[in-house]
Amino acid sequence: MKRRALFIAFLAVILAPFVSAQAKTGKVIAITGARIIPIVGEEIPKGTILIKDGVIADLGADVAVPAGAEVVDAAGLQAYPGMIDGYSSLGLVEISGVSATVDNRETGRINPQARALEAIRYDSMHIPIARSNGITAAVVAPSGGLVSGVSCLLRLDGWTNREMAVKTAAAMHIELPGIRGGRGGFGGGRRAGQVQADGPALLAELKELFNSARAYEKRRDAAVKSRLLALPEYNETYECLLPLLKGETPAMISVHSERDIRAAIPFVRDEKLKAVFYGAEQGFKAAEELSKAAIPVILGSLYDMPPVWEDGYDAIFCNPGLLAKAGVKIAFSSSSASAAKDLPYHAAKAVAFGLDKKEALKAVTINAAEIFGVDKTMGSLEKGKAANIVLADNDILELRTNIVKVYIDGREADLSSRYTELLDKFKKREKEDK
Amino acid sequence: MRKPSLPRLLGLCLLAAATLPAFADGGNILIKNATVLTVTKGRIAKGDVLVLGGIIRQIGENIAAPPGVRVVDATGKFVLPGIIDSHTHIALAGTNEGSEAITPEADVGTVINADDTSILTALSGGVTMAHTMHGSANPIGGPNVVLKMKWGKPSEQLVVKEALRTLKFALGENVKQSGRTVQPGQTQRYPATRMGANAIIRREFEKARNYMEQWDRYNKAVASKNPPGNLVPPRKDLRMEVLAEVLRGDMVARCHSYQATETLEFMELAKEFGFKIACFEHIWEGYKIADELASAGIGISVFADSWAYKMEAAEGIAYDAGYCAKRGVLVSINSDSGERIRRLFNDAAKTMKFGGLTEEEALKLVTINPAIQLGVDKIVGSLEVGKQGDIAIFNEHPMSAYTRCDMTIIEGDVYFDRDLILKEREEAAKKAGPVRKDGGVS
Repeated sequence: MKRRALFIAFLAVILAPFVSAQAKTGKVIAITGARIIPIVGEEIPKGTILIKDGVIADLGADVAVPAGAEVVDAAGLQAYPGMIDGYSSLGLVEISGVSATVDNRETGRINPQARALEAIRYDSMHIPIARSNGITAAVVAPSGGLVSGVSCLLRLDGWTNREMAVKTAAAMHIELPGIRGGRGGFGGGRRAGQVQADGPALLAELKELFNSARAYEKRRDAAVKSRLLALPEYNETYECLLPLLKGETPAMISVHSERDIRAAIPFVRDEKLKAVFYGAEQGFKAAEELSKAAIPVILGSLYDMPPVWEDGYDAIFCNPGLLAKAGVKIAFSSSSASAAKDLPYHAAKAVAFGLDKKEALKAVTINAAEIFGVDKTMGSLEKGKAANIVLADNDILELRTNIVKVYIDGREADLSSRYTELLDKFKKREKEDK
Repeated sequence: MRKPSLPRLLGLCLLAAATLPAFADGGNILIKNATVLTVTKGRIAKGDVLVLGGIIRQIGENIAAPPGVRVVDATGKFVLPGIIDSHTHIALAGTNEGSEAITPEADVGTVINADDTSILTALSGGVTMAHTMHGSANPIGGPNVVLKMKWGKPSEQLVVKEALRTLKFALGENVKQSGRTVQPGQTQRYPATRMGANAIIRREFEKARNYMEQWDRYNKAVASKNPPGNLVPPRKDLRMEVLAEVLRGDMVARCHSYQATETLEFMELAKEFGFKIACFEHIWEGYKIADELASAGIGISVFADSWAYKMEAAEGIAYDAGYCAKRGVLVSINSDSGERIRRLFNDAAKTMKFGGLTEEEALKLVTINPAIQLGVDKIVGSLEVGKQGDIAIFNEHPMSAYTRCDMTIIEGDVYFDRDLILKEREEAAKKAGPVRKDGGVS
């Protein structure tokens, strides 16, 4: 009896991150009359989605609404799975210019111990804004240095950081230098200068670091087995790198230039890392190789200039389409906190420059779920998956589209935000003025 | 010297080819069979626009091409007035004379850089005109300049002489220098508070009044019947000369402001001294004082939603532009950037969702509204017969997220042509041969 209780407790702990905060009330919500774009599977012109205990109990054109269900009439609306932001600083950066509110960039170069999860300000003003635009999960990533730390996959609803964490360790972040000195922005487009630091040299440095960590692990394990051997002094860096080296945590490598991409592909293979590339602005120049190596790409913000002018004025917009065409799995990202809501617009921009529209939708939903190993529960509208559902009055990638309802793990999310609160507050003036 | 690599050379050739005005059309062009979005006179489902000698001569259906005029078939595409950026800093060899707080003599019009590739970037986003401005380091910065994006032309041919003459003012965190750490041995620049920022502007206008009075008295004395023999003219002061122009109404103020209070107080200063504010820049708290702005007839030039990058932008809600427009404020969406300038149409479209503007209203924020703010609405900002032929052609409706600029035309000459760029790319690729494994070309 006791063992069984223990087993259940164990199960609860194991499954907790995958199951909603939603209480198992048995209550059924029936979304009826919606055009369903499930992403995986065929579009349903007019259908019903049943939500029970936080998951999609059923969906289809001929699904009967059970008695006692709460019916949500979604006639004229389109149902999508919640979008997933492949790289953000949600909850780590509040006001980028006020360092007191910035927690994404640790000092120093090698920071595998830095865990985004432990710093996420879960009531960040940016999270409800992203959520109210149909984004229901986001990778929250640390940045800076060579090894930046560990990102967290966050569901964008809940009351504490741990409750919101879908994956406490989504990826270990490694950063190779950008192509330009800086981004576009104030006062000018293209910045002078070629590749600043040397990507291949940094990869060589990482190799050495990884070898040291592996050697440390061997000595440590041997010493644990035999008391005759000296126990190596605790090394935080090595300890924190081990999940990466064992393939338990994937590596997300920020890599931008063609040369560095070509160098990072064999690096990943030789080090036996589970890897995803981030940025890959010149990925289109090594698309075949990326595809062959089966390394997925999380794209950076498309609000950027081409890596070098010679790539073409539209290179940053064309890159996603060219990667996808070569068979590379891509996912979009906001690469932001304050502009996280713009995730779908990056995808639409890529469509304007050649990306297939269906592929674009996958790249804001199921692809990221697959890349981070949560596609069993997220990323599409399928029976048995978490009920992360967005009801929109139009195409979800369109700028003019209004998001009408968002369900996260079956719970209807609050769509108010800093935006609406301040607007409503100052709208009150309209009445007083008269 | 390092030998330039073949791909690099090729790239540069491509760049050069793509960067010259695509055709010397002599300002003549006929665009056919497009959805014409005139902005001020409705839309034509399948219409033509004829530009001759740089001026729009005819808008309608089935316009016959005069002999020798290039015809662009825009079937299925959207034709709109060239996009105008009301606030940016591109094409300048210097932006901020930040060494002193008061620098109205530092005129960006003297440092135009016609070779800035940001002009090309702008063209690729359908932008034909930009108000390129002094930076926001100083309470009183310098005069700004309005440029056409005529890539390849000398700087003086870019300047739009018909535009209002504008002087940059700035308030808040930038002029307080709150982001700057004072180094040992340095003293903090005055002003360091919003009180100081307001006070220093008032002081300068008092000085300008005084300066004008001195000259007035002197001129009157010179012109009098019996001028005194010992008349000495007042000292010529270049700073005061510019401020005098503002007080005389020959120049208008464009004021960088974020917060409601500093904005209202600048409006008080304008009343106090009788100068005209054309526009507030960025003004993230515009929605808090929309009615004051509307009734004072002051425009705003804002981001769609780039916010929370500093404390004074922490209440910058995406509804700002749309809400203010609905309340009757003349709103434009600006880029302030050499990157954002190529997606101003996307930013404008966001006001449909945030603020409930219609497609037509949203499009105005980057066409006729900035034209009015710059005083050039008689010549550009909409497609009307008699206006200059500044035109953009988009593949989809410009307020759609899926849209793309395919052609940009200034005064009837094509300055950006996506098809041509693609064709040149293809030819260059053919010439270059197959791509090598290392990314070079063999």
